[in-house]
Amino acid sequence: MNSIFSGTRLRDMIRSIRACKTAAEERGVVRKECADIRASINENDPHDRHRNLAKLMFIHMLGYPTHFGQMECLKLIASPGFPEKRIGYLGLMLLLDERQEVLMLVTNSLKQDLNHTNQYVVGLALCALGNICSAEMARDLAPEVERLIQFRDPNIRKKAALCSTRIVRKVPDLAENFINAASSLLKEKHHGVLITGVQLCYELCTINDEALEYFRKKCTEGLIKTLRDITNSAYQPEYDVAGITDPFLHIRLLKLLRVLGHGDADASDLMTDILAQVATKTESNKNAGNAVLYECVETIMAIEDTSSLRVLAINILGRFLSNRDNNIRYVALNMLMKAIAFDDQAVQRHRVTILECVKDPDASIRKRALELVSLLVNENNVKQLTKELIDYLEISDEDFKEDLSAKICSIVEKFSPEKIWYIDQMLKVLSEAGKFVKDDVWHALIVVISNASELHGYTVRALYKAVLTYSEQETLVRVAIWCIGEYGDLLVNNVGMLGIEDPITVTESDAVDVVEDAITRHNSDMTTKAMALVALLKLSSRFPSISERIKDIIVKQKGSLLLEMQQRAIEFNSIVDRHKNIRWSSLVERMPVLDEATFNVRRAGSLPASVSTMAKPSVSIPNGVAAAPLVDLLDLGSDDIMAAPSSSGADFLQDLLGVDLGSSSAQSGATPGPKAGADLLMDILSIGTPSPAQNNTSSIDLLSTAGINNNPSNALDTLSSPAPPHIATTASAGGMFDLLDGLSPSPSKEATNGPAYPPIVAYESSTLKIEFTFSKPSGNPQETNVQATFINLSPNTFTDFIFQAAVPKFLQLHLDPASSNTLPASGNITQNLRVTNSQHGKKSLVMRMRIGYKLNGKDVLEEGQINNFPRGL
Amino acid sequence: RSEKRTQKALEGKMGIRFILMVNKQGQTRLAQYYEWLTLEQRRALEGEIVRKCLARNDQQCSFVEHRNYKIVYRRYASLFFMVGVDDDENELAILEFIHLLVETMDKHFGNVCELDIMFHLEKAHFMLEEMVMNGCIVETSKANILSPIQLMDKAH
Repeated sequence: MNSIFSGTRLRDMIRSIRACKTAAEERGVVRKECADIRASINENDPHDRHRNLAKLMFIHMLGYPTHFGQMECLKLIASPGFPEKRIGYLGLMLLLDERQEVLMLVTNSLKQDLNHTNQYVVGLALCALGNICSAEMARDLAPEVERLIQFRDPNIRKKAALCSTRIVRKVPDLAENFINAASSLLKEKHHGVLITGVQLCYELCTINDEALEYFRKKCTEGLIKTLRDITNSAYQPEYDVAGITDPFLHIRLLKLLRVLGHGDADASDLMTDILAQVATKTESNKNAGNAVLYECVETIMAIEDTSSLRVLAINILGRFLSNRDNNIRYVALNMLMKAIAFDDQAVQRHRVTILECVKDPDASIRKRALELVSLLVNENNVKQLTKELIDYLEISDEDFKEDLSAKICSIVEKFSPEKIWYIDQMLKVLSEAGKFVKDDVWHALIVVISNASELHGYTVRALYKAVLTYSEQETLVRVAIWCIGEYGDLLVNNVGMLGIEDPITVTESDAVDVVEDAITRHNSDMTTKAMALVALLKLSSRFPSISERIKDIIVKQKGSLLLEMQQRAIEFNSIVDRHKNIRWSSLVERMPVLDEATFNVRRAGSLPASVSTMAKPSVSIPNGVAAAPLVDLLDLGSDDIMAAPSSSGADFLQDLLGVDLGSSSAQSGATPGPKAGADLLMDILSIGTPSPAQNNTSSIDLLSTAGINNNPSNALDTLSSPAPPHIATTASAGGMFDLLDGLSPSPSKEATNGPAYPPIVAYESSTLKIEFTFSKPSGNPQETNVQATFINLSPNTFTDFIFQAAVPKFLQLHLDPASSNTLPASGNITQNLRVTNSQHGKKSLVMRMRIGYKLNGKDVLEEGQINNFPRGL
Repeated sequence: RSEKRTQKALEGKMGIRFILMVNKQGQTRLAQYYEWLTLEQRRALEGEIVRKCLARNDQQCSFVEHRNYKIVYRRYASLFFMVGVDDDENELAILEFIHLLVETMDKHFGNVCELDIMFHLEKAHFMLEEMVMNGCIVETSKANILSPIQLMDKAH
C-alpha cells in the first residue's frame, strides 16, 4: 500500500475520534484536526493533499463543515497522477454541490479528463460530471459525453449513458441530440450498458414527446426481445440472483415498457405476451423474483387495457397480500392503491385482508392499509368498514389513534347515510379517542346535532351515558355539556324516545353533576370549563328546582384563577340573581338551528367572517325574536376563548352561534378591536376590555341594536323589567342591572334625574381629572345635560384652559362657556354641555375630547375618548 | 405540454436519493447523497431516520416512510444500510440492491464490518461510484464493480 493512502495520520485521526466518549470530546478532536488541515493546506505541500482530503471526507461524513478544503479538491483533480485525481473527484462529489462557484473552475479540468488517454481517468470525470453537473457545465460538456457513448470500452459507455441522463435533465433542450445514441445502446449485450441505456431512454421519454414517439416506434420490439432473452437466458453466475438473471435489468426494462405502453394500444398489444410470461413464470419464493413481479404488475396496470393481464396482476397482488413476509404485504398494499383506480371490485374482494393489515403491529403496514381502506369506502360498505375500524380503535396503540380516528371521522362525514348513524359513530370515536379529535370535527358534530331536531333527546341521552364512562375524553365532554346545556330538559324527561332506546332515569341533579364534574376537573381546559359555565347558566333556567345549587357552582368559579372564568361567573351570577324578577328565560333560549351550509363554507375557510355572519337569518328562531341575539351572545364566550388556540374555532363558533345582531355588532364579532364603539360583543363579555364601566355602555347598545333590528316593542317587552328601585343601589349587581334596567320603557324613570345616572370620571391623567354629572330635562328623553368638572391635580396653575369635544353624527353637542379659563392648583372649574341623542334607546353616548392649556408658559395638550357614559342617555 | 413534463421530470424522480451506513449506536459511517442538502439538513435527516429505523424490530417490514422519502433499510450484523428513494421506486429492488452492495463489499473486504468502512472510507465510496451514479444503478456485476478497484490496488 502506498504511504499516502494508508497515511497513519488518517488512521490515527479515525482512532482518536472513535475513542471519544462524548460529542463534546469528538468536537474537540475534529476542531484540532481541522486546524491542522488548514495549516497543512497553507503550506501547500502536494504530498499532504491526498491525506488532508481523505480526512476532510471523514470529517464531512460526521457532519462538520469542510468548505475550506474545496480548493484542495480542484488542485488534486488538476494534478497528473491517477490516485490524486481519484480522491480529488471523490472530494468534489462529496464536498461540493452544483450551486457553488468553485464548481465553475473545474469545468476545464473535466473537459481535459474527458479527453484523457487513460480510460480510467475518463471514467472518473464522467462519474463526477454525472453526479454534480450544473446546467452550464452540461451545455459545455455535452458534446464530449455524446461522443463517449460510442466509446470502445463498455465501462465508459455505461457511465457516459448515465451522465447523459443528468445532462438532459439539467438542459432538456439537449434531449434530441441523445436520442440516436440512446437507441443504439439498447442493442448492446453488456448488462451495464443495457441498464444505463434503458435508463437514458426512460429519461428522454419523460422529458421529450418526440423521443417517446421515436422509442415507441423503433425500439418497443427490440426491448421486448431483450426482456425475453434475459428472462429465458441460461444461468449466468455473474448476474444471477436467486434464479433470476439480473433482476435489476428486468425492472428497468419493465419500467421503460410501461412508459412506452401507456396511452398507446399498439405498443401495449406488442408487450402482452412477454408481460404474461414474466407474470406467470417468475419464481415468487425469493425477494428478487417478487421485485420483478411487483414491477411487472405495475406495468400491466399502467399500459392500455388488456383485461386478461389485469386479472393476472390482481391475482399476484392477492398472493402478495396473504404472504407472510411483511415486505411483500407492504408493497401489495402500495400497489392495491393504484389498482383501485381501474378495478375497484377486484380490490374490494380483499377488503377483509386489508382490514386485518390495519391492525398489524408494524406501523408502516398499518399506515398503508389505512390509506387503502379510506379509498375502499363507498356508500355500500361504509357501515361495515366503519364498524371494523371503530372496533379496532378501542384496542389500537395510543400513537396510532390519532391517525385512525382522523380517518374514521373523515369517512363518516363523507359517506354517512343518515344523521343518527353519523351521530352514533362520532360518539363512539369521541368516546375512544376524543382527545385526538380535531376542533373542526366536533364542531361539525354539534352543527349536525343542532340540525337533527328529532334526535336531540336521543343524542343528549347517548352523550350523557357516554360521558359517564369516558369522562377523560375532552372533546366528548365538550359536546356532552353543550348538549346537556341545550337539551337538558329532554334528558331528564326522556323526551323524544326512539324505539331503539332503553329509557333511563336521569335526575336534574345527575345532569348537573356531569357539568359540575367538567368544570371542576383539574385537567379540563379553558374551553371546556367555559362551555360548562354556559351550560350551567342555561340549566338554571331549565331546572328551576335546583337553580340554587347551580348558582352555587357558578359562584364558586368567581374564585377561578382564570380571569375569563372569574368574570363570566360574576356576570352569569348576576343574571341568575335577577332570575326571579325578570322574565329572562328567553335569554337562555335554546340555540337556533345552526346553518350547515354556512358552517361548511366557514370550515373550508373560503369566506370572510363578516359576510356569512350577516347572511345568517334569524327567522328560524322559534320564539322571542329579540332573544336570539342574546342567547348567541352568552354562548359567544366559548367562542372567543377558542379563538385563542385555533382560528378555525373562532370562525366556526361565530357561525355556530348564528349571530344576527345587525350590522354593527356582527362586524364587531368578526373584527374585534379596531373600532372602539363597535366592540359590543367583546365588551359584553368583557373580553379584552379593562373597564367594566365601558362594558355597561356597550351592553345597552347591543341590546338596543338587537331590539331595533327585529321588533323594538317586542324587544322591550321581553327584556325590560319592572325594575324595583332598590336595584339601582345594589352595587354588586350594578353592571348587569344597568344592562336590563336601561331598557325600561317607563317614562317616569327617564324623567327623574340624579340617582338614575351616576356621575362618572370621564378622564383622569396625572395632572387633570374630569368628572361628569348628568341630568335629563323632563319631556325630552333624547336630551341630556352634562356638567363637566375639571379638577387640577397638579401643584401648578393652568392658564388658557380650553375643553373641546367631538361626537358622532347621531349626537348633537352644545357647549356652554366654561366657568373660567384659569384652573388654579388643586382647584376646579365647571362647564355645561348639552347632548341630544337622535338614536336614544339604540346607541349610547360616546365622545372624544381634547384639553389644551398652558403650564408654566408651555402648551400642553391632552386627549381622550369617553366610553363610559351610563347607558340609557 | 412538453414544458410541464419537463418540470415534472425535474422534480425529484431520481431513484436513489441517498445511501447511509449507520452502526447500531446510530453513528453514521458512510453517507452518500445524490441531491444537495446542507450540513444541517443532513444531520437532522440522518438523526430522524436513524431514530425511526433503529426503533423497529426484525419482524417489521424494511420500509419506513419519512417526509417525502421512502427509506428502505436492512441490517447486516452491527451495520444498518439505509437507502432513501422516491415514492415510486420499487422497494423490493432496492432491498436487492442493498444486498448486492453488501455482497460486493464482502467480496472485497471479506465479511465487511464497520471498521472496514471507517478505515477505508474512500474505497467504500469508490465501490459505490461504480454501482450508482446520479441515483441510478450503473452496474450489477460484482466483478465489473470491483475490477477498477483491484487494478488500482495492484498498481500501488
